[in-house]
Amino acid sequence: MTDTTVTEEPEDTPDTRPPRAAAESRLRQAVISMAAPLGAFGFSLVASAVVLIAAGSNPIEAGRDMLEHASKLEVQVSMINRATPLYISGVAAAIGFKMNLFNIGVEGQYRMAAIFAAFVGGAVALPSVLHIGLILVTAMVVGGLWGGLAGILYTHRGVNEVIGTIMLNGVALGVIAWLVRRWQAEGSIVAVGVGTEPIDESGILPNLNFIPELFGDLRANEELTGVLVIAIIVGVAYYLLLNRTVFGYDLRASGLNPLAARAGGVPPRKMALAAMCMSGAVGGLVGMAEIFDKARYDPNFVGFLGFNGIAVALLGRNNPAGIAVGALLWAFLDATSDILQVTQTAPKEIIDIMRGVILLTVVIGYEVVRRMRERTEAARTAARLAEATS
Amino acid sequence: MTLAIELTGITKRFPGVVANDNVNLSVETGEIHAVCGENGAGKSTLMKILFGMQSPDEGTMRIHGEEVRFSSPAEAIDRGIGMVHQHFMLAAQLTVLENVILGAEPVAGLGRIDFKAAEAHLREVGEAYGLDVDPHDLIESLEVGERQRVEIIKVLYRGARILILDEPTAVLVPHEVDELFRNMAELKAAGETILFIDHKLDEVLRIADTITVLRQGRTVATVKPDEVSTGDLAEMMVGSELPTPQTSRSTVTDELALSIKDLTVLDADGRAVLDSVSLDVHRGEVVGLAGVEGNGQNEFVGAIIGTEEVQAGSIRLLGEEIAHSTVRHRRNCGIGYVPQDRQQEGLLLFAPLWENAALGHQSKPPFANGRWFDRFGARERTEAIRGWFDVRTPDIEVTANSLSGGNQQKLIVGREMAAEPRVLIAAHPTRGIDVGAQAAVWDDIRAARAEGMGTLLISADLDELIGLSDTIVVIHKGQLTATLDPASVTPRQLGSYMTGSEDSDAELADGSAFEDADQDPGELQ
Repeated sequence: MTDTTVTEEPEDTPDTRPPRAAAESRLRQAVISMAAPLGAFGFSLVASAVVLIAAGSNPIEAGRDMLEHASKLEVQVSMINRATPLYISGVAAAIGFKMNLFNIGVEGQYRMAAIFAAFVGGAVALPSVLHIGLILVTAMVVGGLWGGLAGILYTHRGVNEVIGTIMLNGVALGVIAWLVRRWQAEGSIVAVGVGTEPIDESGILPNLNFIPELFGDLRANEELTGVLVIAIIVGVAYYLLLNRTVFGYDLRASGLNPLAARAGGVPPRKMALAAMCMSGAVGGLVGMAEIFDKARYDPNFVGFLGFNGIAVALLGRNNPAGIAVGALLWAFLDATSDILQVTQTAPKEIIDIMRGVILLTVVIGYEVVRRMRERTEAARTAARLAEATS
Repeated sequence: MTLAIELTGITKRFPGVVANDNVNLSVETGEIHAVCGENGAGKSTLMKILFGMQSPDEGTMRIHGEEVRFSSPAEAIDRGIGMVHQHFMLAAQLTVLENVILGAEPVAGLGRIDFKAAEAHLREVGEAYGLDVDPHDLIESLEVGERQRVEIIKVLYRGARILILDEPTAVLVPHEVDELFRNMAELKAAGETILFIDHKLDEVLRIADTITVLRQGRTVATVKPDEVSTGDLAEMMVGSELPTPQTSRSTVTDELALSIKDLTVLDADGRAVLDSVSLDVHRGEVVGLAGVEGNGQNEFVGAIIGTEEVQAGSIRLLGEEIAHSTVRHRRNCGIGYVPQDRQQEGLLLFAPLWENAALGHQSKPPFANGRWFDRFGARERTEAIRGWFDVRTPDIEVTANSLSGGNQQKLIVGREMAAEPRVLIAAHPTRGIDVGAQAAVWDDIRAARAEGMGTLLISADLDELIGLSDTIVVIHKGQLTATLDPASVTPRQLGSYMTGSEDSDAELADGSAFEDADQDPGELQ
C-alpha cells in the first residue's frame, strides 16, 4: 500500500477561525491583483520615457502637457465620451473571455447593429421612450444574431470562434458597404449625404450635459453622451449576471473547466451559444453613442472600437471595474494625444507605443502575479497541513 | 545470454502515491517479455521511466549492461529503445513514408528531404522484419492493425533494438492480434527484444517468453508461461490475501434506487462499448463494479450521469425514467458523482473552494436562490463541508489547486455527500489519496448507505470493492459477466472474471453459484 504518505489525524477538529481571516485573505488577494496593472503602468511610463528620450523629446514636458490638457473640462468630457463605447465593447469581449471564447467579432457586430438600428430609428416616428427603446433593442438583437451566427458555426459545425468571427467581420463590412450604396442609389438620402435616413429628435437619447455644467461651461456642440448611463447599466448587469446568478456561475465554470462543468450539469453547447449571443448583444450597443450623436449611420462611422475593446478587456482582466479603468486609460491617451501635436513636445505616435507597452506589460504582469499567488497559496495550505499534523 | 534491460530498485513517487516501489525487471536480449498488472499497478510509469519520459527517484537502469540515466525520450532512442504508444501518434493526412521519417528526415543538399533514401531504408526495414506496408498509402486509409505496424516500423526505422509496446492488443480485433503476434515472432527471430504491456492473460501466455507481474507498484513475480495458468496470473495480479469483509450489518432494502435495463452505448464508430447492460442498485446497497480499465466503465458512468448518449435502454432513478434527461436534471434528482479524475472532471482548479463546493449543485439551495447564486449560502455550506469532512485548508478563499490531492478528494466527496444524494456514482473515490483520507471516505459512504443511499462503486482497488460492496458485478468488454458475493469471492476468481479468462458466465450469472464454487477457475482453461 502507499502508506508512505500517511498523515496523522489531528486531535482537535479543524478550527473555525474568525471570519476576519477570510476577509484578510480576500484583502491580500485584492492587493496582489492590483499590483499587476499598477506595476505594468509604471513600467510602461518608464519605457515610453526611454523611447521619447531616444526620439529627442523631453518626456517630462510631454507628460506635463498631457496632464495639463486633461485638466480641462471639455477634454474630460471628451475622454468619457471616448471611454463609453470602449467600455461597452470591453464588456462584450469579456463575456466571451469568461467562457474561454475569443469573440474577435465585436467589430462586425457593432457595425451591423449600428446600421440596422439607425435604419430602423430613421424609418419610424414614435414617442421618445419607445423610439429610443426600439433603436437600442434593434441594436442588441442584430448584434446578438451576428454573434450567435458565429456561435452556431462554433457549436454545430466546429468552426473555431476566432475564425468565424473574423470572417463575419469581413462579411459585415461588405454587407454594410452594399447597403449604403444601395440606399444611396435609391436617392432617398442624397440631400444629406450618404448614410441612413436621419433619426427624428424623439429617437435621440438625451445628453448628460447637466453633469459637466455643474463644474463649468461647455462649449457649443459639446455634449456628454447619454450612452454613459447605458454603459453603467451594462457594467452593473455584467457584474450581477456573472457573480450573482446561477447562469453566470455556469458560464464561469464552463470557462474554467468545460469537462467538470459538463459533469456538473452545464450543457457546453448551450452555454457557448448563449455567451456568443450575449457578447454580440452587448457589442451591438457599442455604436450607439455615435448613432445618437450623428442621428444616423454614415460611411465615416467610427471603427476599431471592437478591437480596442478586446485590449480594454485584457487590461481590466474581464472585471467590470477593471474594464472601466482600462477604457478610461485608453480614452485618456486618445484624448490627450492631439495636444502633443499642437505643442510639438513629442510625436503623437508615442501614444500608440505606450498603449502597446502597457498592454504587453499588464498581460505579462497578470501572469506573473497569478503564479506568485498560486505559490503563496500552496505554501500557506501546506504550512497549515503541517501545523495540523504536528 | 546478456540482459537487454536491467532495472534495479526503481522507485517513483508522485504526490500522495508511490507509483513504483523498488521495482526490479530483467529482460533478456531477444526475448518477448510481458509486463502484467492491474490498472494502477505502475506498469505505465515503469515504461515511461524506461523510455526517458520520467526519471526515477531511486534505482538504476542498465541497457545492454551499461548504466544509463535518461532525461528525455531522445536519449532513450539513441540507446536503441523505441516505444509504440497505445494511442497512435500518426498524422492521418500524411503517407506512411512521411510519418515514418517525421522527426528523423534524411537530408540531402540545401535542407531538402531525401525521400528516395528514406524509402529505400523503409523498404529495407520492412523486409528485414517481415512488416508489410505500402510507403505511399495515406495513414487515414489504413486499418487499425496496419497503423500499428506503421508505428512499429517507425520505431525500427530509428534503429531500435528494444521495443516497448504499450497494450498493443487493446485496440485490435482478434485476427489483427494474430497478425501482430506473427510480426512480434519475426521481430524476435531477427534479434529484437520486445517488452509489452498487456492484461489479457491468455494472450500473454500465448506469446511471451517471460512474464513479470506488478501489483501496487511492486514486482510480484517473474515467471515462465509454461509454469503458470491464467488463474495463477490473475491471482498474482490482484493479490492472494483476502481482505476482511466489513462485518457491518447489511442495510440493503428491497426498494430500487437505480434500475438500469438493457443499456446500450455506442462509441464514435458505432460499436457498442456498453452492450445491453442491466443492473439494479437498491436503497442502502453498495454495488461494486469490477473490471479492467477500458471495458466500458467510463461509458457506463457517463450514461448514468448524462454525459454519454444512451443508444437504447432505460435508466430509472427511484422509478423516474432519466435515460434522456439533462445532466442537471439528473443531478438535481439526487445523483451524486465522484469522478475518477478529480482535477479533470471534478474541480475548477483556479476557482476558490466555495465555488468548487457548488459545482454540480449550483442550481439548488443552499447555493442558489431561484436563478440567483447565493454566495453567502455557498460559503456557509463550504465551511460546513470543511468541518465535516476535515478538508485541510487555511480558508475557503484559496483555489482548489493549492490543496493537496487528498484534500481535493475530501472536498469533492464532501460536496457530494453534503447534498445527500439518493444514488452515488463513485469512480475510484480513494485513488491516490493517503490511508487516513481513504478511511474517512469509506466511513462517509457507509454512513450514507445506512441512511438509504444507493451506491455504484467503481474501483480498481479490490480491498475497497470487497470491503465496501454488498454485491460485486464484473464488467468485461461492455457486458456484465458475473454477479458475485463479496463475502465468498476469492481474488483469484475475481481476477479471472475481470480478465475474461473465465468463460462459464452462465453458470455464475447469479451470486449463489459461488457459494460452493470450490473448483479452480484457472483449471478450466
